[in-house]
Order: sequence, then C-alpha cells, then structure tokens
Amino acid sequence: MRTIRIGSGAGYSGDRIEPAIELAEKGDIQYLVFECLGERTVALAQQARMKNPDGGYDPLLEERMRAVLPICAAKGIKIVTNMGAANPEAAARKTADIARSLGLPSLKVAAIVGDDVLDACKAGDLPIMEFDGTIKQLGNRLLSANAYLGAGPMAQALVAGADIVITGRASDPALFLAPMIHAFGWAMDDWNLLGQGTVAGHLLECAGQITGGYFADPGYKDVADLARLGFPIGEVGEDGSLVITKVAGSGGAVTAQTCKEQLLYEVHDPAKYFQPDVVADFSQVRIEEIGPDRVRVSGGRGARRTDTLKVSVGYVDSYIGEGQISYAGPGALARGRLALEIVRERLKLTNVAASELRFELVGVDSLHGPQVSAHAGEPYEVRVRISGRTENLREAIRIGNEVETLYTNGPAAGGGAWKSARDVVAVASVLLPRELAKPQVRFVGA
Amino acid sequence: MKLREIAHSRTGDKGNISNISVIAYDAKHYPLLLEQVTAARVKSHFAGVVQGEVVRYELPNLSALNFVMDQALGGGVTRSLALDAHGKSLSSALLDLDISTAPDGK
Repeated sequence: MRTIRIGSGAGYSGDRIEPAIELAEKGDIQYLVFECLGERTVALAQQARMKNPDGGYDPLLEERMRAVLPICAAKGIKIVTNMGAANPEAAARKTADIARSLGLPSLKVAAIVGDDVLDACKAGDLPIMEFDGTIKQLGNRLLSANAYLGAGPMAQALVAGADIVITGRASDPALFLAPMIHAFGWAMDDWNLLGQGTVAGHLLECAGQITGGYFADPGYKDVADLARLGFPIGEVGEDGSLVITKVAGSGGAVTAQTCKEQLLYEVHDPAKYFQPDVVADFSQVRIEEIGPDRVRVSGGRGARRTDTLKVSVGYVDSYIGEGQISYAGPGALARGRLALEIVRERLKLTNVAASELRFELVGVDSLHGPQVSAHAGEPYEVRVRISGRTENLREAIRIGNEVETLYTNGPAAGGGAWKSARDVVAVASVLLPRELAKPQVRFVGA
Repeated sequence: MKLREIAHSRTGDKGNISNISVIAYDAKHYPLLLEQVTAARVKSHFAGVVQGEVVRYELPNLSALNFVMDQALGGGVTRSLALDAHGKSLSSALLDLDISTAPDGK
C-alpha cells in the first residue's frame, strides 16, 4: 500500500521555524504544510494590502521560505501553505523571487485565488451567524469576506506540477487533505476517506500541539525538552490509515493523550465537523500507541458536504482602551481593590463613554472571574487591569489615562503603569452558496 | 478528589463558543466522568464566565467528554475585553472540580 509522510511546519503565523527545518532535513517527508492563518488574520492582512497592493501576505513568508526551500528543493518535498493570507499571488511572486535568488529557478509556484468573496456576499446581503444583522448593515465598517476553500484547488495545483502551493483562506485540514488527494487520487465524493483524511489534517494543523505543546502540567503530564519541541508527521496510507509521529531525537512526545486532546481541540459536535469538502465524523475514532512516539488513529468517517461554504467576515467592531498598574507586599490585594474602585468612580465622574467595562486583578480573578476564583488565597502581588469598549479612539485613550493617574492620585506604592488603546477588527461568519466562490489556480512566472 | 487526578483537558475556541475536553487517563474512570461531570455541573462551575448553554458530547472510544459552552468568550475571541480572550486557561479551572469516589458516587 502506498503511504505518504506529511510534516506540519507551523501551527500559527508566528510559530518557531527550526522545527520545520528539522522536519525537512530529517523527517523523510514528501509534503511540508505551513498553517499560518488565524481567524482574524485575513482581515488584518486585507488592511495591509489596501495600504500596499504587493503586501497582505504572511510577514514571516520570506524567512520561512528562505529557511526551507533549499532543503525541500533538494529532497523534492512539496510545500502547501496558507501564508498567502489576503494576497496569495503576491506571496507566490515573492516566493518565486526567493527561489531564483537561492539558485532554484525551476521550482513551480502556484497561487490559489478566489477565496475573496466580498462582492458575492454584498450582492446576496447574507445574514450574519453570530448576531442579528446582515452584511449590508455593517456598512463601511466591512473590511473583508473570505470563504474557507476546500482541498480541491490545492490538489489541482499539485497535480499540475506545483512544487509550492500558496493559498489564502482555506480550511486548515484541507491544507493536509490536498496532498492526500494528490498522492492517492481520492474521489471528491468518497466521504469516508475524506473524513478520515480530515482527522489527519485536524490532528496535524496545530503543529506542536500534538507533540507535547499546550499539554505539559508538571507532576501530572510531564513533557521532555519543550524548548526543542519537534513538529508532527502524519504517515497516511492510501486507505486512509494514519500514524502520528515526529522526528526521532526531537523534543516533546506523541502519545495517546496528546492525540486525544488535539482531536477534540476546537471541535463542537464530534459527529459533525463541518468542512468545505466533507462533514467529518470523529465520534468513532480510535487512538492507540503502537510504539515510542507513534500513535495509530483510525475510524474517522464522513458524510456528504454541505451546499454552503463558511465565510469569515472582517469588520471594524469597536475600540478597546486598557490600563494596568501593580501593587505588592502586605496589603497589596486591598490596595489593588481600592485602585479598581477609584477608577470605576473616575470613569463615571469624567463621563467616559464605554459600552462595556472590565475591572479585575491579574493574579486573583482576571482569567476566570470572581466566582470561579472565590477561594483563591491572598497573593503577594496583584496587577490592576481595567479595559473598556468605546466607539472611538479618543474615548478608549481616556480609560488607560485614568489608570495611569493612579501613580500620583491612587493608593500607595503603585508601580509599572501601562496603557493602550486600539481599534478592534473582529470577525463574524456567513454561509455562502458554494457555487458563488470560484477558486482558481494561477502559476506565477509561467 | 479533584478531577485533575483522573482526567486531563484542553480548551478550544471558535467565535464566542468555548469547548473543553475532559479525558480520563484510565478508561476505568470514564464511568465516573459520565456520572459526575455533567453539563449542568460544568455550567454552574463556570458561573459568571459562561452566559449560554453547555452541551456535553460523549466519546466512549476515547473515554472522553467534550463540553461546548455557548457565549463563553466575552463576545468572541476577536472582540473580547478579557486578558485570555481565547479562554485557553479555562480547562485548568474545570480540572479543579471535586469528584466523589464513594461507592454510590455521591
């Protein structure tokens, strides 16, 4: 039976780069995937592209490509990535330039375009899933609308001979499904194979999160050598069989526990994991350790895909102002609470227009709120944190200012004041009839 | 004993929805999870954090439960005022749940 090995070289835009180099050098892989596009990243990248028509792709694209292209070219490893963000064609041109500058002019680079569905969404005035309202009602606050594309266009690019495939918004598991479809010729209506392939992609998409990252809990779940965490490899057979492993000698661990945690990560109903290509079913998955850092994952299934694609809509939501200041030593908790009350009163007295406010003490109740944290002991130091939502930047700035004035007007011995004010680009979702998205493969320099 | 003694957990986020897995280290403890880590108990444990419904999914093959908590992330990861906008730290709070090992489970 034919088997391919797919390496996962990044779990988010800012991820470590050496583990990807290690995968390319020592992982005996045929495909290297970089997943670098968060929920909101496309909207931010779209803003960057509006300022610079050649921009709007992942800021680490150049560093990553320079690090892995020579090795991948020498070993014939194909690269699939969503580092195109809001501008896959510019990212592909840049990558082709880098390849030439490295003496690798024969590498074929393809961009997948067509995830930008802003016009189609506007024309349809689609309803927003998270709150009452439609696309049109967002008015000039609307920044972007990008459909989660499936694996089809990326697989098509690989079949056409691409060595490097750069997409914008696509479903994360689809980045991994594309190599499987390319290598094994899986039919796009073989729902069970696509479902099991989605299990593989879902497990691999967050890179280090399945090799021991986001996992360690000393004394309960110890993980060796996290500073040298190795990134995962999926060994996929043409029948969909799957083993998760990593480069021998790298840090971290692949165990049944790490695989179970990652299988359920960001999953709602495990029997219905909606993807552009399939509705995957994780409910019957079995996970077993078959060797050191080798875990077999079987039983993923699938059902017919839906007639719609999820679209991520970026919009300017509001502004957030924030201020922080610290207290320590005897009475720190009482002084921190006094500081919160002073700022609460100041924001009222000075009529700061905020639609939502949070008053909390870092070290006490900032992460889980006062009820969950009620039984915590008294800490040696606390950090006051006040944040608020406003309609404009001017009001947001006033929130941090009121925290900063605690230096000379607040409780004793407050130190390390900090403030910020920023606009908030948020994302919401709509469902677009799938035929309205028209993805295309474009080879650059061809 | 605390849930932490028999189970591990990871939090994920999508929009304003948080999901938390609870996975038994040993399959023999899965019945304890089924019996005592209920959706109602999880909702009450997260009073003040989770504003919406909590739904529990069961995965017997993995000796695991998956809790899906609606309106749990301060309006959504991309617009929340919270320090931990993703709610990544919520799994640790859930592992603080008390589990009874008395024969009748009470």
